[in-house]
Parts: sequence; structure tokens; C-alpha cells
Amino acid sequence: MKYIAGFLLLTLLTACDVWNNPYPSADAGKAILYTAFTERPKHLDPAQAYSENEYAFLANIYAPPLQYHYLKRPYQLVPQAADSMPVITYLDSRQRQLPADAPAEKIAFSVYEIHIKPGMHYQPHPAFARDAQGLPEYFHLKPADLNDIHAPGDFSHSGTRVVTAADYVYQIKRLANPQLHQPIFGVMSEYIIGLKEYAQTLQQTLKKHPDDFLDLTALPLPGVTVVNETTYRITIHGKYPQFAYWLAMPFFAPMPPEAERFYAQAGMKERNLTLDWWPVGSGPYYLSQNDPNRLMVLSKNPDYHSELYPAEGEAGDLPAGLLADAGHPLPLTDKVVFTLEKETIPYWSKFLQGYYDASGISSDSFDQAIQVTGGGEASVSGAMQAQGITLSTSVATSTLYTGFNWLDPVVGGCGRHIPSPQSSPLMDESKQSDSTCNPERARKLRQAISIAVDFEEFISIFANGRGIAAQSPIPPGIFGYREGAAGINSVVYDWVNGAPERKPLTAAKRLLAEAGYPDGVDEKTHQPLVINLDTTASGVGDKAHLDWMRKQFNQLGVQLVVRSTDYNRFQDKVRRGDTQMFYYGWNADYPDPENFLFLLDGAQGKVNHGGENASNYSNPEYDRLFNEMKNMENSPDRQLIIDRMLTILHDDSPWLWGYHPKNYVLQHGWLYNVKPNVMATNKLKYWRVDAKLRDERRAQWNKPVLWPLWLGGSAMLLFALWIWHVLRQRENARSLQDNSPV
Amino acid sequence: MNFIPVILWSDALVFLLLAVSIAALCYVRRHEHLLLPWRRVAKSRVAMGSLLVLSLFLLVGGLDTLHYRVALNGHYSPEVLSVFDKLAEPLRLQTEKTYSAPLAMTLYAMESTTDANGRVVRSYPRLKYGGVALTSSAQRNGDISRRATLGALAGLFIAVLVLLRVKRGALAIVIITVLIGTTVSLSFAYHVLGTDKVGQDVLYLSLKSIRTGLIIGTVTTLVTLPLALFLGVAAGYFRGWVDDVIQYVYTVLSSIPSVLLIAAAVLMMQVTIDTHPGWFATSAARADLRLVFLCLILGMTSWTGLCRLLRGETLKLRELEYIQAAQSFGVSSMRILSRHILPNVMHIVLIALVMDFSGLVLAEAVLSYVGVGVDPSMISFGTMINGARLEMAREPMVWWSLAAAFSFMLVLVLAANLFADAVRDAHDPRLNRT
Amino acid sequence: MYCASARTPAACKITPPYNIRMIAYLIRRLLYALPILIGVNLLTFALFFVVNTPDDMARMQLGVKRVTPEAIVLWKQQHGYDKPLMINHAAAGAKQFTNTIFWQKSASMFVLDFGYSDDGRNISREIVTRMGPSLSIALPTFLAGLVIYVSFALLMTLFRATALDIAGVTLCVMLMSISGLFYIIGGQFLIGKLWHLVPVSGYGGGGFKFVVLPVVIGIIGGIGSSSRWYRAIFLEEIGRDYVRTARAKGLSELQVLFIHVLKNAMIPILTGVVVVIPLLFMGSLLTESFFGIPGLGSYTIDAINAQDFSVVRAMVFLGSLLYIAGLILTDISYTLVDPRVRLS
Repeated sequence: MKYIAGFLLLTLLTACDVWNNPYPSADAGKAILYTAFTERPKHLDPAQAYSENEYAFLANIYAPPLQYHYLKRPYQLVPQAADSMPVITYLDSRQRQLPADAPAEKIAFSVYEIHIKPGMHYQPHPAFARDAQGLPEYFHLKPADLNDIHAPGDFSHSGTRVVTAADYVYQIKRLANPQLHQPIFGVMSEYIIGLKEYAQTLQQTLKKHPDDFLDLTALPLPGVTVVNETTYRITIHGKYPQFAYWLAMPFFAPMPPEAERFYAQAGMKERNLTLDWWPVGSGPYYLSQNDPNRLMVLSKNPDYHSELYPAEGEAGDLPAGLLADAGHPLPLTDKVVFTLEKETIPYWSKFLQGYYDASGISSDSFDQAIQVTGGGEASVSGAMQAQGITLSTSVATSTLYTGFNWLDPVVGGCGRHIPSPQSSPLMDESKQSDSTCNPERARKLRQAISIAVDFEEFISIFANGRGIAAQSPIPPGIFGYREGAAGINSVVYDWVNGAPERKPLTAAKRLLAEAGYPDGVDEKTHQPLVINLDTTASGVGDKAHLDWMRKQFNQLGVQLVVRSTDYNRFQDKVRRGDTQMFYYGWNADYPDPENFLFLLDGAQGKVNHGGENASNYSNPEYDRLFNEMKNMENSPDRQLIIDRMLTILHDDSPWLWGYHPKNYVLQHGWLYNVKPNVMATNKLKYWRVDAKLRDERRAQWNKPVLWPLWLGGSAMLLFALWIWHVLRQRENARSLQDNSPV
Repeated sequence: MNFIPVILWSDALVFLLLAVSIAALCYVRRHEHLLLPWRRVAKSRVAMGSLLVLSLFLLVGGLDTLHYRVALNGHYSPEVLSVFDKLAEPLRLQTEKTYSAPLAMTLYAMESTTDANGRVVRSYPRLKYGGVALTSSAQRNGDISRRATLGALAGLFIAVLVLLRVKRGALAIVIITVLIGTTVSLSFAYHVLGTDKVGQDVLYLSLKSIRTGLIIGTVTTLVTLPLALFLGVAAGYFRGWVDDVIQYVYTVLSSIPSVLLIAAAVLMMQVTIDTHPGWFATSAARADLRLVFLCLILGMTSWTGLCRLLRGETLKLRELEYIQAAQSFGVSSMRILSRHILPNVMHIVLIALVMDFSGLVLAEAVLSYVGVGVDPSMISFGTMINGARLEMAREPMVWWSLAAAFSFMLVLVLAANLFADAVRDAHDPRLNRT
Repeated sequence: MYCASARTPAACKITPPYNIRMIAYLIRRLLYALPILIGVNLLTFALFFVVNTPDDMARMQLGVKRVTPEAIVLWKQQHGYDKPLMINHAAAGAKQFTNTIFWQKSASMFVLDFGYSDDGRNISREIVTRMGPSLSIALPTFLAGLVIYVSFALLMTLFRATALDIAGVTLCVMLMSISGLFYIIGGQFLIGKLWHLVPVSGYGGGGFKFVVLPVVIGIIGGIGSSSRWYRAIFLEEIGRDYVRTARAKGLSELQVLFIHVLKNAMIPILTGVVVVIPLLFMGSLLTESFFGIPGLGSYTIDAINAQDFSVVRAMVFLGSLLYIAGLILTDISYTLVDPRVRLS
């Protein structure tokens, strides 16, 4: 009896505890934000990082001059480290100042003058540590000094210092540093005065002194100058209104020269102590633990006082409680814990158990959690509602499309291919059949396919409504996008009862017949029409995608051959123009139509110019309009030009426009101030958690279920007893047998 | 004639394998001492039961191996079909929009539709094919049990017919025929195992996966066998530098972690395939070649174990007196090898082959997970499991794809394992002394 | 010293002392390992560069957006891929071979310096930090597994040819016939998600709770094949004459099994077991990536997916090295178990 009572007591005691908490129990009740990352970042150096998973960390660590307003829509730039928006002065070719409304062709230079907030400080870091004499303490380390050092936090001292305008200038110089991978050097060198030459200078310096530390402070860059402690100027060629968007990216964050000098010391790189691994920023958080195989921790920068929670937002923000924290100093949490979660199932399970505060529904595995209600509004399923999980939606500024290769004789626009030495003989052969290319025929074929591939169905199957079928490359929320009847792609849609309706399959079949392929068979050669789709898809669930795509083409009687390859091969094919159709996507750098429409600019052709126009589309009229539109400010005139461009695109159908994915973010009831913002990557500082509520809920949801343990344990015990019993019987029987007379 | 037969690479290899097996069968039938162990296998009830199951799988796989292309207006469709596809045409063509549960008559998820009054209602849309004959969900259970009973009776009837001729294994035969009868009868009106994300019938997918599994399990041995046999016996018999070289080669190969070796080889093969799109008339041929390559690669990584075994056995054999005697009489090495050594190691080869089969079927699933398995467009247990992993995270969970892949694989591998055990027991000289 | 204490000095002269033989043996085996490692290296190198050109690798690392040809040239230069692959015709003398990618990337591995991965991290450092997590899963799985498998096999042997034995073997075959993926998916679902007994995935400092599930799943996944194999070994031993003698002496069945059979079955068991011990460092590919354990197994998978040649090559090299170590250990363990076995 006593034992049973003891057992019961033990059960009760343990039942109150939570067994599956993946975090240290000491962290309970603290203002810590828990989130996950699915891929380890490659670069954490603001001059080198250029992908979303890297910005998830960097944007919270570094503070560039500008940022996107967290609450306001459409997306709007506001100062972050700058104390006001940059002052732009236009100059003509003789350096004379022009009025603000001067025509673009007259403007030879634009000067951006940026004032930063005074008194901002860097994160604590040993690079700033000073000894008793006020000299840098850790600038002459011997390799032996680093023996017990695995992270910057292992140094016994650290320091900080005020952010100066010179640090911003220093970082811009780093963009041209040939020792680094420079993703935006190509773009920036066309605009920032002297950047291209600067890179050459650096190259030469490096050649002359290959083993020396490359000191950028000693080499001036003419286009970027320090005016005083808190002011600097950037001069760019011509007029480029989109330049301000770049100023909101970590590329333009301040970088203290001390940091580079500190990490350049011998022995640092061997210990993974580099700027690319341990950032030195002036943003709201700093990287305090960097174990990208498992855990990355951002801690609050104790010297960050320069920012308050925004006091105004959109109309619905006040009732939604998004302004409750207005005027509070940012960030609102002390720590952000990122856990590596490569597999979706554990990620999802842990979110439901309350161990992640928010979960982006990026993978299509989560989509059943969402119900799309009558009016197309999405909400979470009943069980999740009961858990207090809520959902926020936004359309991402990205587009996922299927391109036709303009250089292909069957589906292309009879574009010409300039042979390059790398191209294979096989491909040149196929290009020689250009004489048979008939642009009108190919156009009809493309239009037929555009109608037949039903992206509404695609979205409902694969994204459970998490997206909207695209009418053009421009997603909603970007200037140039038109709502309603005016915005639809009239080649594919009819406007019926106040909503776009895909044209019937018969229309597609008619177009196909007009193109000379009645029922998918070539009139002249009587060969069935076979179209190749290139994709990198080979992962989980991709088979379903491809099956679906094949089904769509089968409706027309056209055979689709899917050629899935690995990423490198795919890139290679696209680069050589050796494709017919291919899957592709584009994530906007900044919310401007130029950033989407340039993907179809003839001068960006992938094969002939190595640009970003993967389908090699080229249409002189479109290109002309693009150049006109490119540097305009948003205005009705610009909208008109964009409309004309889109009409050309609809008619030519160089892409299946695909869809614009919607971002769904699920969040628990204890997380506040979450508003989807696809442009801003530095959202973490606005979020607030109610740690007490979180602890209660977690305990409530994660009571261990113990009966299987008891059941299994007792079964084992019984089995052991039985075995023992049988063995004893056997032995007895044997000894009896042995003793009995034979 | 409105079709043209197509022989894919894997088909050709299967036919080759078949020819070899038949030749071996004829040879064994003429030699009583070789037939003896097989008699022992035939006596085992477990072995015969699993052989029955295996032969059903082989039947499906075999039918799925006879490929053809249909003629369309004087030209052949690029779609390669198999006899099995033709037989299971309803299963193949009756695809729904997306997920539906086993034996369901509606989709698995609610959708918004506009009713007659123009209001938006949320409901479970009816399937296009599953249970269309029914007017309300109340009839479903009755209809299912009626069809199931009918099918079971038909199965029972066939079982009785079979049992009139075959006297043994009544239970196994009855279970199998009843199961098949019920499934077939239900599959006329329902998706017995539900549908997957794009609405394909899971039963059809599972049946199609069988061929992939069988090919990986069998064709791989075609590669393994000659390599292991030749090199293993040569190393053991000739010793000296031959032995050194062969040992070197297999130590190098086996010391590389096999997943890495396979991954590297698969990537290489993929590049070859991608750079020669002209080799393939159809996408089926492309996927098929990848499968054949995968078998080759698996064979290349798995011959070392058998080779080592054979080397050891040959080392022992060559010291035996009668072989020493043959050598001293000046009998040529080739003759000694073929007459005395080979026949005496064949039981090891046979045991290794049947034991490897199940391991290879299981390996395919894991390789697909790592991303170096069969072509993603090819239906296989690996691709099914891989797809189903994400379905487990759905809310509510979609369990039937995983369950189907699990059960089909379990039955196949279990049957293969049980049969392999029986074969081993029958052929192992150590176990048959008494 | 060894000799002086030996009771029969004469025997000493004939065979060198044990530890000297051992050292000589070790040296010979290590020398033997060199050509194997070179072969492994050549093979991986060939396999990889048939697939990938250095340009491909550069593009893979540099990402999708705005990659210029200059950036690719620069990347190759920085990472040492701007040389010819195997033979440098431009260079003279020995430099024809040394000033190549193959030489530059391979030679240092033989002193266990694996250099930097293609994304710029120190590989040796990464291996050292990842070994711990790998071992913390693999070692308990191995040890507990061994104990459980052997006891289960002994149990079946004890009850051979009874219903329990048949049930046991059937269970083993059933367990063997299930793909490892199912164990992982099922285990996470049941134990982690439904019963809340342990975290679904993850790995924390000193976290016993993180290790339990992967270890349990690892053990269950191996129970089928291993137990059956041990059972076969025990059955073979139990049929031998000495067992009959032991029984005739009046030893109980349990004593026979534990004292005689287990001891004599050691050699076949060691053959299979010791060789994998060093490979435990490499971790398990599947378990680690499903459970988010930052070990060498997930490192390898990541490297394959990212086509990071430096890491793949380092892991292959390490794997072969450990495999060879395993072979040597196996030989040594024979001599420990059975003094009649001589190292040769």
C-alpha cells in the first residue's frame, strides 16, 4: 500500500512538471523571444550578406540610415540611424545646383546628405576595449593570447564607442573591397561616383602589399565624403530615386574600422573569429551566441537608446492594439533565441506546443491549419483558435513565375542568340532552326498555355489559398499594381461579376489550333507537341507539383516533359538559354515597380548580357518604355507608362505570371505587436512577449502523458517475472530428470 | 496495331534477369543435389506462404514492366504506359482534385462554394469519382459493406477453385484472395486507400511503387554478382598480387561512407543525363535510366561484402585435397575454378542475394530522403514516404499515404525476409548436417 | 622488463614480447593505410569534379542574385580553385603536380588539417565541436543497443525452438522490415507530440532529455537485424561439443549460456561490432537531421546538399580513416579475447 501511495505521489509531482521544454528552465519568465531558423546563414558581414535568412539576423544587429515604417502602408521609408530623411540635391554636369523638379535627363549628379543621430553607440565588443593608457587593448594579440577564446565574449574586457559618419563612409568603401564577396558592387559601381575606380585602386594596393592589412580609411572615395562627425554625403550619377531603398539595407550600415583591424589579427580566422561570423553593429541587438548548427542568440544592445516604438500607423492599428506600446524605447525584448529547425514536422510540433512564439507558414505543410472563410478571409482552425493562436496575412513582394525562353524556336519570340564560346554544339544546332520560327504562332501557343495552366487551382491545392494569381509581374502593394477590372490580364481573364475569371479551356484550345497545333499535334509535321520544363525541384512534395503541371498541359493535349536537375545545372541551362520553360522566382529588393519590370528588360537578357532577365525577353517598345519609367518618381504619368508596358507583356505572355505568395504568420496569444511587413526585416525589436502567460500555457499544453510509461514498465516487469518463473520450472524439471533412474 | 512496345533499359535488364533465372532453374532441375535444398524450401510453410505473396508482387511488377506507347493520329504518344497501367486504368485516370481519405466520398478539406442563392457556403465538396453513385453520406456505410462482402465472396470462390487443385496453405490462399477480392470490388467505386495531394489514387501509387522496389532489389544484384563473384574467387584462388590489388580496391570502396559515395555518383550521373537530353525519347526513359544508374551505383557500393566472403571461402577451398590434387595433375586454373570452386561457393552467393534484396528495397527510401534516390517523377516507396512526411504535419493529419507505403513495404520486405531465411536455412551446409 | 618477469625465459627468445609485436603490427598497418587513403582521396576528387566545375561551386556559394563573372573569378581565387585540377602544364618540375587543386587540397589532410569549407569556416574546428553531439547520441545507442540485443538474443537462445523463440524471431523480422524513416517519424509523433515526454527535436547543453528519443529510436531500429544475428551466432556455438560437455558436468542452462557460449561467441561478435566503434564519431545522417542534432551526420548531409566539396572530402577522408582504425582495433581485440590469435 505504501508503495502504491508513493507511486501516486510521484506521478502527481511529475505531472505538474513539463518534460519536453527544449529551453533551460532558468529562462522561464524572462522577456525572451523564441523563434527558429531553417538554414544556417552563410554571411553575417553586412557588405556580403544578401539573402533573407541572413537578414533575419543582420537587420536586427546593424542600423542603416533608413528603414521601412513598421505599421504604415504602402511601405514608406523612415529614418532609423539618420535623424531625418536624406536631403537630396540635384546637380547638372557642371556641378550647378538644379531645382528639385528638374527633368531627369538634365540631372548629372544627385547628392544625398545624411545626418545621423548623435550619441548612438556600438554594441559592447573587445575591439573597442581600451587599456589604462586609453589605447586599444586587443590590437596586438599574440596567437597564444587566443588560446581560450572562442567568441568575442570570451575576452575579459569590452568597450563601446559613439557611431560616427565616418563609419558609414567606411562601410560604403568596403562594398568595393576585392577581398570580400561583393554582391551589390556591380549595381552600386554604376551609381556611386568613383566606386569602380576605387575597387581598382584597392586591387592594386593589394597586389603591391599582399600581406598587409588593407586600410580603407587611408584611401579616399570621391563619391562619399564625411562632412562632420554626424553628417556624410553620397554622390551618385544621374537621378536614381530608388537609391533611398538601398539605404535601408544593411549594406549601408556603419562599420567601425577597429572591428576589421581587430579581426585581421593572426589566429583569429582559424578560430572563426571574423567579421563574417561575429558582427559588430550598432543596432538594437547584438549576436551573443553564435552556434549556427543549433542556436543563435541575439541579446539587447545595452547602449541602444535611439529609437521609440512608432506612435502612428494605419487606421486599423489602434483597435488592433498595435499602438499600445507607442513611445516605449525599443527593443521590447531582452533576448531573441533562434533555434535551428531544419525539418518542418518538429518545427510545427514545437510551435503548437508553445515553444516558438510565432511561426511563418512558409512551407505548404502547414496550410491545413488555415481555413479560408467565405469572403476569402483566412483564419486558423478551431483547435488552434482554442489555443489562442492568431494569424496575420500579407502578400509578399515576390513573384513565382514560369518563364518561356525567348530564344526557343517553339515557344520563344524568335529572339536572337549571340553565340558565346561556352555554348554547346547541340544547342547551336537547335538555334539554327530559327528560320522556322514564327513569332505569331509562338505567341498564340504561349497565350494558350497561359490560359490552360490554372493557377487558381494551383494556389488552392498547393498553397491552400496562400497566394493570389498574378496578373503581371507587379504584386499588390507595389506602385503600378491596379486593382479591379483595369488590372486584369485580358489575355487570360475576363472580368465577370466583379471578379476576374479565367477564360475557359476552349479558348485555350482555339488559340492552340490557331497556333497550328490542333489538339496538341503539329499540323505540318503531325508530330505531337512536346514542351520541356526545367526545374530544380527534386525535393519533398515536388513530385506533386510536377504531376499537376503535367495534368494542366494534358488538358490541351500538349505533352510536358519535366527535366528536373540540380541547382547548378539548372542555372547553367538558364544562363546558356538551353531551356524551353523553367520555374523561377524573384524577391524584391525594394518596393518599386522598377525592381520587377527590369526582369523583362531586354538589356538584362541572361544569355546575351548576363543580367537578371532569365527568359531573355526583348521587345524594343517595352525596353523604351522601361527606360523612361525607370527613374521616374511615382506619379500618374508613371502609372500610365506602366500600364502600357503591362499591356505589351500580357499580349506577349513571356511568362506564366504565376502567383504572388501570401505570407501567413501564426502567432501565440502571448505575442504582441506582430504586423506582417514584407519589406522590413528588422521587425523583432517591435515585438513584445507576455512571458508569464506563455509559461502558464506551456505548462497547460505539455503535461506529460505517463500511462504508456507505466504500461510499458509493468509489461516488462510481468514478462521478466514470467521468464524467471519458467526458467525455474525448467531447472526443477531437469534436476528431477537427472535424479530419476534411467 | 495501335501501339508499339517499348523496352526501357530496366525492362531489358529484368528480361535478362528472367532469362538467367530460367536458365538456372533448368540447370537446377537436372541436378538432384542442387534440387535437394529447394525441396526443403518447398516443405516450409512459411517459405511457401511468403513465396505466394512475393509472386503476387512479382506479377504486378512484371505487368508493370511490359511497356508500350499508344498510337495517336499516326504517331506515338510520348507517354509510356505499361500493361499494368492499362489494367488499372480506372485507378490511374480517376484523379480527384486533392486529398481524400480512404473510401471517402468527399474531399478531405472544406472548400467555399457558392450555392444556388449566391451565398458562400463552406462544405466538403463531393469527389468526382469516389462514391459518385451515392446520393447521401448515409448510404455510404451500407454501400461499402455490400461491396466488400461481394468482393470477399468472390475472393472466397476463387480460393475454393484454387484449393481444388492445390491442397496446401489453405489459410494463406483464402486470406490473400479475400483481401484482393474486397479491394478490387471496392476500388470500382471508391479510392480504397484515399488520394494524395494532386488527387491520384494512393492504391495505384502503391502498386506502381512495387516495380521500382523490385527492380532496385533485383537489378542491383546483376551488377553485384559478376563483380563480386569474379573478383572474390580470383583473389582467393590466385592470391599474390591479384589478391593484393583486389583487396586494395574493395578496402578503398568500403572505407568510403556509402551514402557519400552514392550521393557523389548519383550527382555525376545526373549531370550526364542532363547534358544529353537527346538520349531520351520520353520522360519515362529518362527516369528509367536514372533508376538503372541508381541500381548500378548501389551495386558498385554493395559488392564488397560479398566479395570478401567469397575470397575467404575460396581461400579455404583451394587448400582442400582434391583441388590440390587437381592442381598437381596440371588441370587448368579456369577448369578448376569453374568445375570445383564456383559450384562450391554458389550457396553463399544465393544466400547473399536473397538477404540483400530487402536491404536494398529499404535503402531506396532513405536515399530518396537524402535527395539522391530515384527520379522525383518516378513512383516509388521512397518518394511516397518523402511526400508523406509533410502530410504528417498537416492539421488534421493525412495519414493514408504513409500508412499505405508502410504496409506495402512491410509486406514486401517481410515476405522477402521470410523467404530469404528459408532459402538460407535450406542451403546452409552447417544447418543441414543432421 | 617483460621478459625478465616471464616464467620461461626461453619462450621470450622465440617470440618478441607482446608489446613490441603490437607496435610493429601497428606501424605496418598504418603504412598500409596510406595507399588506401590516397585511393579514397583520388576517388572522391574524381567523382566530385566530374560533376562540378569550380565555376559551379562558386555560383553555388555566391547565391542567386546579381552574380557577376568577376565575382566568380574572385571567389575561385580566394578559395584556391583557380588552378588546374590534377596536372599543371604551365608549371615546371614537381610544381606540375603540386600547384594543382588536387594537391593543394589533399596533401594537408594527411596531417589532419582539413582547411576551410567553401563558405569560409574552419573545418577541423567544426569537426571537433560536432563530434560531441554525434557521440552523445551514437555512443549510448551503441552501448545500450549492444546490451539489449545480446540479452534478447540470449533469451531467444535460452528458449530456442519454443513459441517464445518463434515469436521473437518473427518480431525481429517484422522490425527489420520497417524502414528506419518510419521509426523516426513515428517516434517523434508518438513520444514527442502526443505524449509530451521529451522535446520533439533539438539539442541543448547537457540535455539528457534531448538524447533519450533518438537513442531509443536508434535502439529499436537496430533490434531486428542485430538480435537475429547474435541469436544465429549463439545457436551455432550451443551446438558444439564443449557445450555438451559443460552440460554433462551439471552446469545449469543459464551458466552454460553465460559462461561458455557468450565467451566463445565473442570473436564473431567482435568482428561485427568493433569495426563500427570508430565510425560512431561520424554520427547518423538520418537521426541527426531529423532531430536537429548538430553532429557530424547532419554536417555531412548539409555539405552534400550545399555541394560543399571541401567538407564532403574531409568527411570522406575522416570516415575512411576511422574505418581503417576500426579494422585495426578489431584485430587487436581478437588477441585480447583469444590469446591464441597472433597478430600478423
